[in-house]
Amino acid sequence: MTDATVTVRFFARLREELGTDSLKLSVTPGQTVGDVLSELASRGGAWSQLQGHQPVMLAVNQAMAKPATPVQPGDEVAFFPPVTGG
Amino acid sequence: MISIQTEDFDVGEEYKALRASGPGTGAISTFSGLVRDSGDLSGVTGLFLEHYPGMTEAVIQGLIDEASERWDVRQARVIHRVGRLELSDQIVFVGVCSAHRGDAFSACQFLMDALKTSAPFWKKEIAPDSEHWVEQKVSDLKRSQGWE
Repeated sequence: MTDATVTVRFFARLREELGTDSLKLSVTPGQTVGDVLSELASRGGAWSQLQGHQPVMLAVNQAMAKPATPVQPGDEVAFFPPVTGG
Repeated sequence: MISIQTEDFDVGEEYKALRASGPGTGAISTFSGLVRDSGDLSGVTGLFLEHYPGMTEAVIQGLIDEASERWDVRQARVIHRVGRLELSDQIVFVGVCSAHRGDAFSACQFLMDALKTSAPFWKKEIAPDSEHWVEQKVSDLKRSQGWE
């Protein structure tokens, strides 16, 4: 069996409210980071906030991404709230 | 030089390292950010800082590279602390060496403004009866966009 998965990481408020800091998700060719977000949001409950009224920032392989950014097996996808360092 | 660390830093030591950047340096600009007692909450007693290891360093290096293209930057040092911090603790340090003060001021301010809206750090304010993940400020976004 081939491991056609991406690792999805969550940080800060999302990490706490989703109750996990990472998970593996199967992806199919042609999928985008927006598709990954929609699939997780469709789980309902706390997951709905991934497509709720609060903005969610997206990264693929530790670089900022857009919903249309494609994802490949082995990629590291991350979803997090707008950043507040400094 | 970029360092993400839990331990405190010594601005004197950082300044000394910046001074050693060579005889072409004619100006050093530094900034330090501290934990204060009011933010989204009042009566804040401390902060918890989370970051995305790896991406944080990459984003900051990208900002230093951008600053070096826009201004004369002989050396830049960025330190950001993570973990639990108390009131008046140092959070962040940015120091820039340039030939002239204008470049040093601008590059230092750009690095700080851009770091606040693009480096993956998140602050949680801790007060006696509550905790709160800080919301990104529109004013910070505007400051950062002002450099575009």
